[in-house]
Amino acid sequence: MWTAVGQAFSMVFEPYTLMVMVFASLYGLFVGSVPGLTATMATALLVPVTFFMPPIPAVAAMVTATAMAIFSGDIPGCLLRIPGTPASAAYTDEAYAMTRKGQAEKALGAGLVFSAVGGLFGTVVLIVAAPALADFALNFSSFEYFWLVLLGLTCAVFISTGSPIKGLMMLCLGLLVACVGLGNPAGFPRFTFGNTEMSGGIGMIAMMIGMFAISEIIRYVVDTSPPAELVVEEVSGVLKGQWALAKKYPKQIMRGSVLGTAVGALPGAGADIAAWMSYAVSKKFSKEPEKFGTGHVEGIVESGSANNSALAGAWIPALVFGIPGDSITAIVIGVLYMKNMNPGPTLFTTNPQNIYAVFLLFIVANLIMIPLGILCIKVAKRILRVPREILMPMIFLFCVVGTFAINNSVFQVGVMLVAGILAYVLEANKFPVAPAILGVVLGGMLEENFITSMIKSNGDLMAFVSRPIALALAILTALVWFAPLLLRVLRKPAVPA
Amino acid sequence: MKINDAFWGVLLMALGAAVLLAVRGYPNIPGQPVGPALFPGLIALGLCAGGALLVWQGWRDRAHGPWLAWEDWVRSPKHARALAFLLGSVVFYILVSDALGFLITAVLMLMALFRSLQVAWGRSAFWAVVATLVVHFAFYKLLRVPLPWGILTPMAW
Repeated sequence: MWTAVGQAFSMVFEPYTLMVMVFASLYGLFVGSVPGLTATMATALLVPVTFFMPPIPAVAAMVTATAMAIFSGDIPGCLLRIPGTPASAAYTDEAYAMTRKGQAEKALGAGLVFSAVGGLFGTVVLIVAAPALADFALNFSSFEYFWLVLLGLTCAVFISTGSPIKGLMMLCLGLLVACVGLGNPAGFPRFTFGNTEMSGGIGMIAMMIGMFAISEIIRYVVDTSPPAELVVEEVSGVLKGQWALAKKYPKQIMRGSVLGTAVGALPGAGADIAAWMSYAVSKKFSKEPEKFGTGHVEGIVESGSANNSALAGAWIPALVFGIPGDSITAIVIGVLYMKNMNPGPTLFTTNPQNIYAVFLLFIVANLIMIPLGILCIKVAKRILRVPREILMPMIFLFCVVGTFAINNSVFQVGVMLVAGILAYVLEANKFPVAPAILGVVLGGMLEENFITSMIKSNGDLMAFVSRPIALALAILTALVWFAPLLLRVLRKPAVPA
Repeated sequence: MKINDAFWGVLLMALGAAVLLAVRGYPNIPGQPVGPALFPGLIALGLCAGGALLVWQGWRDRAHGPWLAWEDWVRSPKHARALAFLLGSVVFYILVSDALGFLITAVLMLMALFRSLQVAWGRSAFWAVVATLVVHFAFYKLLRVPLPWGILTPMAW
């Protein structure tokens, strides 16, 4: 094991990897702090660039950029009352209220410090839980994997915001997209319309860039709300008083980190949902809930640690089972496959140095977040003044060229455009996007395990529940499906007519 | 653009039906009880069932909202034009980038987008050229993506 750890150290502390991490940090901080550019978009835009990197620097770029972007999303939330990324939306009003009270540095400092703390906590859980789970998962057969994927997709439908039926429909659409092409157990061309480009399947990366970047640009272009006003000129001394906060709110930090890691690990729910839930929990258990919303730092401490810990949590199912914990890891999984670092329990036994390197990357990323974050807060005023009418078209061109670069064909550019328009229209109609992405990523895996299991059992459905772990996973899946219905039925008699 | 859920339900049901129709003729894997039709078939059934539920919900809630509601940008020619330029520019890129070459296509595309977002002519031209050259350098030289030269092929660098 120690030789592998040593190898991991030498891979991570190589000058090239470190350089990539510094650039990715600056990029992540910038993207996160510009409203309208999300952390997921940052990841999607990195994909064409990581194509051309060795595996570890490619993963390094994604880990660092996302960690930075989730923190720096707090900056415009605090200064402009516009969250830079959806993960900061939960406490934007609170942070802005603190700014109005002249406490911008305290709010931003709390966001920064407790982001790093939460991120490190999530990393520790990742380091402890992932190898143990992988050990356990080595005994899994296609039956267990079938249920596991189904459970993951089920969680994605029921945790996502909005109506479960709409989530389910988006999941079906995603699964259907995954069916296109020759990539099925029978190798039979499906839904290709005789088109050779289609027989290779609909490119996942092009879809992701469309759904996460193009749809955001469309939203920017049609946004009719007036530009926001910057209320502070200079923010400095952000670290002052943070130690006192840490001593005052240890329980909140712990609770936020635990909840964040858990929500992150559940498929389909990421940093944004973790932050909303944590903020609500914080308010509920606070000794001074009446102060929430008036510029009270407690909720920021708790949900700030939650959203960053969710990032690391999301990597647990992603690395062990190849099931993404959020939309960012959904993109990362695509990159891992391209880099021959196929996720799954065997990754831990055959190439442990790669896994250790990923762990190490998380630690380094969360540590360098503090100095770089301070720097970013110092120049925040300038970043927020970057003219978005210049920036957006450039990003748009970058999307087009990046998508073209996937396999040098304009067909993929078309896929990107269609995915972007669809994502925009469907989201405007309250259809959640996350289940669709998970459907596309996991569709192949679900079908393969389903068909393999059917062939093994010769069509006998009872075989799906005849192994103990498979049965347990099946019951769990059924519970997630029917718990809401069951609760409603049980509650009904209590309601007076 | 917000449309009543019933519309989306009908659309999803139609998609499900189309898929069911398409997979009817798919062969089974030889000697096996299953084939490539099973999985998409199950998804299609899901689409039909969920679509039906959405139709029912939409019909039930029809009194609570309009059948079709537009956002504010539809009434603002400025925003509608910017959106048209945005979507049109991708189509433009797909159609002509091979013939015109990346450099010319990208400059034209960026110019149009900047102008539609009210950037002044001079700044538009400046940033369009700079951004195009930077992207070209990054992808063509550093990442070796074969961006087309089109009519500029004789002077390719």
